[in-house]
Amino acid sequence: MNQRIRFTLNGQTAEVDTDPARSLLWVLRTDLGLTGTKFGCGEGHCGACTVLVNGQATESCSLPVGRAAGAEVTTIEGLAQGAQLHPVQLAFMEHDALQCGFCTPGMILRATALLRRDPDPTPEAIVAGLEGHLCRCGTHVRVIAAVRTAARALQGGAQ
Amino acid sequence: MSTMDRREFVAALGGGLTVLLSVDVRALLAEPDQGRGYPADLNAYLRIGEDGRVTLFTGKIEMGQGVNTSLAQMLADELDVPLASIDPVMGDTDVCPSDMGTFGSMTIRFFGPPLRRAGAEARNALVELAAEKLGLPAERLDTRNGYVFDRQNAAVRTSYGELVKGQKLVRRVVTAVSPEAVAEHDVCNRPAPRIDARLKVTGAARYAGDIRRPGMQYAAVLRPPAHGATMRSVDTSAAESVAGARVLRDGDLVAVLHALPDAAAQALARVKAEWDIPAAAVTDRTIFEHLQQELPRAQSLAERGSVDAAAPGALKVAEARYLNHYVAHAPIETHTALAQVEPEKVTVWVSTQTPFSARDEIARALVVAPEKVRVVTPFVGGGFGGKTYNLQAVQAARLAKLAGVPVQVCWPRRDEFFHDRFRPAAVVRVRSGLDASGRLALWDFETLYAGTNGAEPIYEVPNVRVMARGGWQGNSPRQPLAVGPWRAPAANTNVFAVESQIDRMATAAGADPVSFRLAHLADERARRVLRMAAERFGGSFAPAPSGRGIGVAVCNEVGAFDAAIAQVQVDRATGRVQVQRIVCVQDMGEIINPHGAELQVEGCLTMGLGYALAEQVRFEGGRVVDENFDTYQLPRFSWVPQLEVVLVDNPGLAPQGGGESAIPLVGAVVANAIHDACGARLTELPMTPARVREAIERGG
Ligand code: FES
Ligand code: FES
Repeated sequence: MNQRIRFTLNGQTAEVDTDPARSLLWVLRTDLGLTGTKFGCGEGHCGACTVLVNGQATESCSLPVGRAAGAEVTTIEGLAQGAQLHPVQLAFMEHDALQCGFCTPGMILRATALLRRDPDPTPEAIVAGLEGHLCRCGTHVRVIAAVRTAARALQGGAQ
Repeated sequence: MSTMDRREFVAALGGGLTVLLSVDVRALLAEPDQGRGYPADLNAYLRIGEDGRVTLFTGKIEMGQGVNTSLAQMLADELDVPLASIDPVMGDTDVCPSDMGTFGSMTIRFFGPPLRRAGAEARNALVELAAEKLGLPAERLDTRNGYVFDRQNAAVRTSYGELVKGQKLVRRVVTAVSPEAVAEHDVCNRPAPRIDARLKVTGAARYAGDIRRPGMQYAAVLRPPAHGATMRSVDTSAAESVAGARVLRDGDLVAVLHALPDAAAQALARVKAEWDIPAAAVTDRTIFEHLQQELPRAQSLAERGSVDAAAPGALKVAEARYLNHYVAHAPIETHTALAQVEPEKVTVWVSTQTPFSARDEIARALVVAPEKVRVVTPFVGGGFGGKTYNLQAVQAARLAKLAGVPVQVCWPRRDEFFHDRFRPAAVVRVRSGLDASGRLALWDFETLYAGTNGAEPIYEVPNVRVMARGGWQGNSPRQPLAVGPWRAPAANTNVFAVESQIDRMATAAGADPVSFRLAHLADERARRVLRMAAERFGGSFAPAPSGRGIGVAVCNEVGAFDAAIAQVQVDRATGRVQVQRIVCVQDMGEIINPHGAELQVEGCLTMGLGYALAEQVRFEGGRVVDENFDTYQLPRFSWVPQLEVVLVDNPGLAPQGGGESAIPLVGAVVANAIHDACGARLTELPMTPARVREAIERGG
């Protein structure tokens, strides 16, 4: 049964008329045309589809879109402020913390949520925070370095 | 034999610095593409726009390995244009030079030289055009930053854009031109950040699944529950009753189309198909016995002296059997394609490592001429050899033709596991022994189903026999599952066996693993990477098992030499292995992008932890049991050790492969470190906690 579902998507109101049981992932990618959120496993095992829902990193493949009603959803497309990239994005670029880039949007959003909660994470906390994210290309050591750089930039107020 | 003397390293390396060799330009020019048939016309490789931007055309694709950046660096140097002015167009079969595919670390090695030549020729042609335009002799002109200028008055200049006005460049030079010498480079051999980084951190990078065409539909394709299964009956009525769903059938191909991909998948779940499934004859538990029941013809790879004559007199003869299970490619992006079939043209966007064979496969399936098919390759979300076959593209094209609208196929993860052509399950038998002085006297090696790379020992042994039976190419009827190339094909399996057995011999000789290897290595590049790794790792080395958990391995793959030294911790109670540190030294000749090369080595070491410690495809007959990442474990953040990568400065040697040469080390270096830690010798990959525990209980 279709429902009208509204939420805030990257700062703007989004509205879809769809089955609320559908996953947020496919609604974002298909109905709303935001393809930066990636499909990797469809079952919550890889983290490629991670978005922010009310600031929480969430696997969008496992979240029914009905549960996003009224929420604030941020995808990778909405992280930068205009042309100004977010410090986590800049740090990923600086460290080349990506190869094929398919896991990258999910990693960046997870790291962003992590740094909001814990602005000065230890390497162990970064590892624990990202443990659910798979990267087949093996960028892990770079990602950890990038998150530490981003933490410093955010603490220094560098925006 | 004593432990390695630390001073010897320092002397050899001049205080630990890498050695700068002189440049041999001939090496750069020799055998540009080794008969790969790349075109002679420079316009096949590049186009200069009126705005001065340069388009670089290559049949190679970008799947994370960073060749979009390093190829652009190579062209930027030859053309004398800024790196940022180059736009690579990759893997588009209508506009790019034909190419067999992106695998085997061949992009820089074999496409690089003709690209450099094309760039050098283009620069020459631009200088001649400018000479005419400016009325100056060509000898007085030079190039920089996309301009030709007068050496005597740099204000007199003309841009490349003005010179070509978007036209094709006519090559006017008759004399052969030479690419720049390494010393003249100002873009190559320096770290360059990836040119696609911004696209990839903003979500703007497009992969095959991100392409949209008007009116397109998403297909969910029915697949058999097991390989070898045949369909007895199919009832699609429940799927057809789903609003907006359309069931298509073309022989063995059954699919549901819908405007929403998730709705298509749900409707497919309502298709009721009955299958005849052959009885499960082989499983991952019986695979090795099965493979050895009937042997394919042997191919001799090396034969020196006589192993049979040497065997009776050899000392400490050790025989071992090394095993390796099926391993999946498991890129995070599953096989994806979007096909659009029009009367005069078929266009297919494919996540592929082989766009030109995808084109031919599609042409055959649709019975059209290959020229009518255009394959476009957007960014590829990882390949590792697994995207060298293109079934999903053929599915999409067949369905788009039937449906009359563009159709996207994006495999769910379980289809990715099911259709994968795995790294083959393989068996290696080795027999080796020493002479009275503790040197290797005998090396008898037979590799079954792995393939040939990495099978020949890089060590000096007087009596050698190396045989290969079967391989990853061409499916043998004996392999119950389909096999194919997996990053550093064959070498992962063979190097695991070679370097484990060498380690056993070092222990038998009472030598430490570094000294024993150096005593048998003649090749200077091999000696150097091992010495540098030992120096970087620090401390001294002792005969294994020393209890410290330090392992060593060396290999020679795709023209590169690599050495790794790792330290591990083994939990004797659980069998869990934590790799703490890996030092890896790689000599890959001239390094186009040192930064990119380092990333590749780190990627190899990290990815390698998976096959070393956990990755094994479980199957029951034709049924692939592992369907997702809940049971099939890829390396995670908590597994990753401290990684230290050192690249040897060796610009005198033409660029060698760098995308895979470090990964074959990982199985052996971890196995050897486990042995050094606890005396247990692991001979079966992956070295799961259960196998480690069992080996400890067996007492090594
Ligand atoms: S696609 Fe959602 S976790 Fe893998
Ligand atoms: S960069 Fe390729 S999967 Fe992470």
